[in-house]
Amino acid sequence: MQHLLEVKNLQTTFFTPSGEVRAVGNVSFNLEPGKVLGIVGESGSGKSVTAYSILQILTHPGRIVGGSVKLHGQELVGLPEEEMRKVRGNKISIIFQDPMTSLNPVFTIGNQLMEAIILHTQRPREQARERAIEMLRLVGINEPEKRIHQYAYELSGGMRQRVMIAMALACEPDILIADEPTTALDVTIQAQILELMLELQKKLGMAIIMITHDLGVIANMCDEVVVMYAGRICERGTAPEIFYNPRHEYTRGLLRSIPNIDNDEKSRLIPIMGTPVDLLNLPKGCPFAPRCERAMKVCLNQFPEEYWVAKDHIASCWVNVLEKVGAPLAELGGQEAAQQMAREGEEAAQ
Amino acid sequence: MSEVTAFQPDPQYLVQVRDLREHFPIATGFTKTTMLKAVDGVSFDIRRGETLGLVGESGCGKTTVGRTMLHLYKPTGGEIWFDGRKVEKGPTLNEFRRRAQLVFQDPYSSLNPRMTVGDIVAEPIDVHRLCASRKERNERIQNLLSMVGLSSEQATRYAHEFSGGQRQRIGIARALASNPEFIVCDEPVSALDVSIQAQVLNMLEDLQSQLGLTYLFIAHDLSVVKHISNRIAVMYLGHMVELASSNELHHHPLHPYTISLLSAIPVPDPVKARQQKRIVLKGDIPSPLRAPGGCPFNTRCSRATEICRHSNPAFLEVAPEHYVACHHVSS
Amino acid sequence: MPNEKIPIKNPFSLQVDPDLFKPATEEEKAQQVQMRESVSFMRDALRRLSRNRLAMVCVVLILVVALVAFLVPQFYPYSYTKQDVTSKYLHPFEYSAKEQAKIDKGVAVFPHIMGTDALGRDYAIRVIYGTRISLLVGIFSALIVIVIGIIYGSISGYFGGRVDNVMMRVVDIIYALPDVLIVILLSVAIKEMVSSSNNVLIAKLGAGMVSIFMVFGLLYWVGMARQVRGQILSIKEQEYVLAARATGASAARIIRKHMIPNCVSVIIIVAAMQIPSAIFTESFLSFLGLGVSIPMPSLGSLAADARSGLNSYPYLLIFPAMSIFLIVLSFNLLGNGLRDAFDPKLRS
Repeated sequence: MQHLLEVKNLQTTFFTPSGEVRAVGNVSFNLEPGKVLGIVGESGSGKSVTAYSILQILTHPGRIVGGSVKLHGQELVGLPEEEMRKVRGNKISIIFQDPMTSLNPVFTIGNQLMEAIILHTQRPREQARERAIEMLRLVGINEPEKRIHQYAYELSGGMRQRVMIAMALACEPDILIADEPTTALDVTIQAQILELMLELQKKLGMAIIMITHDLGVIANMCDEVVVMYAGRICERGTAPEIFYNPRHEYTRGLLRSIPNIDNDEKSRLIPIMGTPVDLLNLPKGCPFAPRCERAMKVCLNQFPEEYWVAKDHIASCWVNVLEKVGAPLAELGGQEAAQQMAREGEEAAQ
Repeated sequence: MSEVTAFQPDPQYLVQVRDLREHFPIATGFTKTTMLKAVDGVSFDIRRGETLGLVGESGCGKTTVGRTMLHLYKPTGGEIWFDGRKVEKGPTLNEFRRRAQLVFQDPYSSLNPRMTVGDIVAEPIDVHRLCASRKERNERIQNLLSMVGLSSEQATRYAHEFSGGQRQRIGIARALASNPEFIVCDEPVSALDVSIQAQVLNMLEDLQSQLGLTYLFIAHDLSVVKHISNRIAVMYLGHMVELASSNELHHHPLHPYTISLLSAIPVPDPVKARQQKRIVLKGDIPSPLRAPGGCPFNTRCSRATEICRHSNPAFLEVAPEHYVACHHVSS
Repeated sequence: MPNEKIPIKNPFSLQVDPDLFKPATEEEKAQQVQMRESVSFMRDALRRLSRNRLAMVCVVLILVVALVAFLVPQFYPYSYTKQDVTSKYLHPFEYSAKEQAKIDKGVAVFPHIMGTDALGRDYAIRVIYGTRISLLVGIFSALIVIVIGIIYGSISGYFGGRVDNVMMRVVDIIYALPDVLIVILLSVAIKEMVSSSNNVLIAKLGAGMVSIFMVFGLLYWVGMARQVRGQILSIKEQEYVLAARATGASAARIIRKHMIPNCVSVIIIVAAMQIPSAIFTESFLSFLGLGVSIPMPSLGSLAADARSGLNSYPYLLIFPAMSIFLIVLSFNLLGNGLRDAFDPKLRS
């Protein structure tokens, strides 16, 4: 079966003066039409760089060093810049965290919207204007005929983000990448924007890649979730699997450490210990091992491969191997345990 | 609470704020200035040893309340009483500055990049001459760093070598250096990653019980505020709209703004999130420069009526220990 | 993720030792996280500077020029004032008839590396003295600019409001004054004072030189003051300043501990850029005859004197001109290198 978007072993490195930063290492995931995929991770987890790599809009010292990105089966990595430009906006659009810096302050928002429409659809100016007004209405901006004459600074943060969404959707892309679209907004405005995105997704049927650090946003929006740490995928699967049956120690820790508003007892939070990894100085094995409560000797030396832990759920954590095999591990020795794992994995995959 | 007779401080409270106002002149034209009413008549009390949470969205004046309370801005009006004494400019201000401290949101801009961690932490000690000798000062620095979970070797490093969470710990150590009784925590975990937030929140709780501190905890994240606070105050456009104990506010919010704020929190649970009945507020927060007349919330409130557009509701105790400012809520 | 085909990798495809699945100790975990070596801002900037090859060549060049300018006159056999009518206009490494006779007698005679001038003075030592004057002018003007600029700029920036307004208008007025005109007026005025003064130093430097220093002191600090003020204004908004105020720190402490140290990069960059422009101004003024008084040479006055016999004796112009060129270029390149090193954000 062909996926809408197939990312496989994607690797992106920043060649900085102080050394190579492997911002994305071996990331694979698929996106199906009409689904919302969430990529969740903390700062430095490589979630945004993954998105920029898909669109190939990396800034200077960053380069894709391996892997493939296929859109409708067409390989994007290595595509000439000219071809890539057609993909951006037409097939895949992106909205950023800070709409103020993504909008040009010296042009009216109508001007910028029309520019984007004309560039991608070659419509005449009059039609582009109509389309711009239509798009603004679609994203819930009232009096769009007046608004198109306004400048970005005249709008509030929530309004600006609506304009950005209108701009991104003007050419009816197949995929909308939203890079922390609500992080800079207030809670009540965030609720408005999330609601709008879901509504538009239903109306227009595009797929969304939602990049955020906020597990709450993920739970509200996403069908599938990818959890990243230090440029690696910890686990991926359907949202209920990730939230109710996390199979990576990092995800478990993350879910434990959020204060639960429904908990009325005064209880202590259970934090993840330690400090975030230094990307210039990545550990040899699992990057989370130094902070992991259940780290084993193998974790420190060998990166765990990705494998199925349940239907619709893939994780890369040695603890699963231990749990799966459990006690017999010591008795059976390595080989038998491995065969057992592989058998179960295959069964799960089918 | 405007009183004709002089205000009598209640010893049960460490901090008492009465009708605090802070207006900033903003140039809106070539010659015109408009008053930005960042805080417009706020009154509350903080008990000894408790944590009062202060929530609100950007521009609601919560940061200004914290800073004006510490006399970093000169209040336009109102009074701040600390431990039975009025806080005002004069010889007592220095002593107040020692006893009341501030922890900042941004762990990057709040630490001087040209100073070592030791010197940063020791700044209040140096300013108030709390240590007689070099040796005593060093011991105190080691002691403070270990209190916030940093090792003593790290005193000679510079702040930029630390991660956000560690930098926030340094900021907290600095706030503790002068043995304060009261700390204003201004969004201390908002800039931190989720996995680090919990570490810092736990540490703040531990320090509170060890040292008997009183906190004003300012944040926009209601779940964090609810976790750490005994009572919560909600602000909107320079006004306080509701104040109650954490559980009471969560289970029985009365002000329409609090209700929608609570419903807007994205719950990290896919099933609950989909069942959640969301009240999505229409419209934007008005600019504090053009605050609406009457109740500040009337432009977005679903229950707004004629009276809301004309008169600002009083902040009243409608249930024991539960204060609300709304025309449509009565005891 | 339905219907996904991932090649199922066998986690145990290697011969696996069950011991590997024993919990790791805290020490083992800690070994994985090492803190990077501690670097202060200064050291970091200097390290960046040392990686800039061009800037390092300039540093070496400036050091060599400075050493030559200040050490060579101590043991050089000729003096910059001694005239010798018998050895007028000698080309480099040429000897006069008198010196040739000495050499023939077996007496060693130090060669005129750069020849001699119209009055038979050794040209090399004159160029060296000229260079010395240029370097002194550069360094002193930088010092004057640093001291006045920092004090003025930080007061203006820290207090802000009306104080800032008045102080910056003064700066604007000074900016508008034509400096060459001021130098000419000052040197005329000062010449009167100096001729009646008994001060040896002033007499030796000459009215022109004193007026040049005074002009630098009066006019050139404004650039530094503006830069420092701008920096202070942005530092004032930083939360660490607010934190210091919240602990009750005094204005003096805040300026000293928080503001000036964070201005250091701006100060260094502006001062480094100030040196070549001062050297250039001095040469230019000396060329017009407003600089040092005779017989003290300056690179500018040497170049001016060389004009008369330019066709026959081009080297008289080439040597001082080359010297100005090298010094100004090195300082400019070093200034650029310093800016890149201290303000790495600017470059990217």
